[in-house]
Amino acid sequence: MDTQTTYNYKVVRQFAVMTVVWGIVGMLVGVIIAAQLVWPQLNFDLPWLTYSRLRPLHTNAVIFAFGGSALFTTSYYVVQRTCQVRLISDKLAAFTFWGWTLIILLAAITLPLGITTSKEYAELEWPIDILIAVVWVTYAIVFFGTVLKRKTPHIYVANWFFGAFIITVAILHIVNSAALPISMTKSYSVYAGTIDAMVQWWYGHNAVGFFLTAGFLGIMYYFVPKQAGRPVFSYRLSVVHFWSLISIYMWAGPHHLHYTALPDWTQSLGMAFSILLLAPSWGGMINGIMTLSGAWHKLRTDPILKFLIVSLSFYGMSTFEGPMMSIKTVNALSHYTDWTIGHVHSGALGWVAMVSIGAIYALIPHLFGRKQMYSIKLIDTHFWISTIGVVLYIVSMWIAGVMQGLMWRAVNADGTLTYSFVESLERMYPYYIVRLLGGAMFFVGMLIMAYNMWKTIAGSEPADDAIPQTA
Amino acid sequence: MSNFLHWFIIIISVGSFLGCVWLIWWSSRPRPGEASSGEETGHTWDGDLAEYNNPLPRWWLWMFYLSIVIGLGYMVFYPALGNFAGTSKWTQVKQYEEEMQRADEKYGALFKQYAQQPIPQLAGDTAAMKTGQRLFINHCSTCHGSDAGGATGFPSLKDRDWLYGSSPETIKASILNGRNGVMPPFAAAVGGEQGVDEVANYVMSLSGAPHDAGKALAGKAKFAVCAGCHGPEGKGNQAIGAPNLTDDIWLYRGSIGAVKKAINEGRNGVMPAQLEYLGEQKVHLLAAYIYSLSQAQ
Repeated sequence: MDTQTTYNYKVVRQFAVMTVVWGIVGMLVGVIIAAQLVWPQLNFDLPWLTYSRLRPLHTNAVIFAFGGSALFTTSYYVVQRTCQVRLISDKLAAFTFWGWTLIILLAAITLPLGITTSKEYAELEWPIDILIAVVWVTYAIVFFGTVLKRKTPHIYVANWFFGAFIITVAILHIVNSAALPISMTKSYSVYAGTIDAMVQWWYGHNAVGFFLTAGFLGIMYYFVPKQAGRPVFSYRLSVVHFWSLISIYMWAGPHHLHYTALPDWTQSLGMAFSILLLAPSWGGMINGIMTLSGAWHKLRTDPILKFLIVSLSFYGMSTFEGPMMSIKTVNALSHYTDWTIGHVHSGALGWVAMVSIGAIYALIPHLFGRKQMYSIKLIDTHFWISTIGVVLYIVSMWIAGVMQGLMWRAVNADGTLTYSFVESLERMYPYYIVRLLGGAMFFVGMLIMAYNMWKTIAGSEPADDAIPQTA
Repeated sequence: MSNFLHWFIIIISVGSFLGCVWLIWWSSRPRPGEASSGEETGHTWDGDLAEYNNPLPRWWLWMFYLSIVIGLGYMVFYPALGNFAGTSKWTQVKQYEEEMQRADEKYGALFKQYAQQPIPQLAGDTAAMKTGQRLFINHCSTCHGSDAGGATGFPSLKDRDWLYGSSPETIKASILNGRNGVMPPFAAAVGGEQGVDEVANYVMSLSGAPHDAGKALAGKAKFAVCAGCHGPEGKGNQAIGAPNLTDDIWLYRGSIGAVKKAINEGRNGVMPAQLEYLGEQKVHLLAAYIYSLSQAQ
């Protein structure tokens, strides 16, 4: 079909398939390191397989490879459909796909080799960082260029969130990755000491806020109303929670550095803004869930909608938990324990992964000219296995985390600590096994998805929808 | 911090809070001509995407206002706004000091009483040694092991071999002030690669470990440069912490490779000083615990 009259689905298809592939890879590494925490000998005494090197591989693979691909997929699809115009450049869009793929492959090679900046979620060394910056700026050009060329009078709310995510991630990445290279594989941060820590967690917290929240709210704002066949609950709420969310998230980073060398005032300020973050976060959950009013019955028959709505429930839960954990008194107990790991995964698996999975299930048939996925039943199976998996994961980490926090502060009658670190570790085994089980279930869900996707795509013709010519 | 920074922080942080207040107040007001509750805004995208213009849920709105009040209250009570110390005058250092003081009031008498007893006597006090063991497990076991058996580079504390001496005073001094066991690289002084090989074989021969007798004989003469610290017979020198090379106890493993590595690259063992961290009284008790371990052997 003529490229001027159709949407560019090619890049969307590429990213959609890779979302599932990277999801499987990233979660497999997660399952492996969860198993290593139970059976440390599973690193087979090979440096490349040690926990310390595989853990950043896991986080990078699930956040940037899986989550990133889901965001590229949906933002490229949504921006075209809601602006009623083809992406401004097929070449630049293709460059972002191949560039992003190259970055992921480089990460998969360098991290196990131990090449790292040692900054959490920003471990990749400077040559890869530069490549990320180039790909990301290209992404911004394609996205905003398309928005500028739109045929619709207004910019749809999903695009506000995608736009905020793209701009902010560019700023975060470039500022936090500023470094002095000493060789091709080693560099040192330009920031020193506590300032480096603050910049790192300004980046780290906003990577959660913009990469893993704003971007995925963009997904939610398109796919929930589409799948439910209902209008978005409240435009007004969209406006309030969008502006408050993006302005307040920026401030909350210091809550990662409570009771450290960070000055007291910075810690308190970060905490006050973290509390303020609850309502803007919940605005998105309310707008998503309330969109379903009048269509609740669809949840009985549509497992894609189940994924989307349950993801919003996990979003609401973890954005309540977050401000609570940022309170100094709570943080004194929860910090450095597995509670944090539970919190992160209720967001990462419950919210980010489940909303992405729902969106990809909704998209695949459109992209490959099918009426629906090969098996709705398998989507339902996937939904239940991953929901139970997430719950097992979170609950085991909650118990483990609170137990660690309490054991670490328990004192004897003579004032000495009751438990050594190793004793608290020993008590973690049952919970680490349950966590492994929960993670493995989520992973199996992704395999079911891959099978379902394969069966849907096999023998199909790529579909490229025509752009409607009336506004 | 500078006056400029002080006001800059106050203005942008309080400004952000007030901005939120304005945003929710402004957007919760109905405006003439716009869609009302249950009506669509009239915009559509992608065929069927539309928006209602429902009012902000009341409970959510109040929750938002409440969190703003809590946040502002927090910034007044705690230090948050630049140089303003907060009405509570809280600082994390003060919180730490107060907690330590409370702990001292509660448990201080016990440790004071232990500190007045000589170490050999304290080592026989079962209750004191239980406390000592707990201190050891939390403060020392990371390097020396839960059973005080040591690890490569970290001496065992439960054998009869002592780098700096076994008297109660020496043990206590090691913990209080730390130790720094430095062996400089000696490859050049013993005549390069061949010399290192010969001296290493000689060192192995001192404890009767497997070695090449020919090389050991050649190494004996070159050992003279080592004798300054390790003594002419290789029995070590506790005054400077030079290990005895004639027994089968090794700080860095007793393989010929490890010995060669030590001669080639030197060694630098650090035991950090604990006085400032634990205080004299707890160190006294720890010294007694470690003394008791060596007596038990």
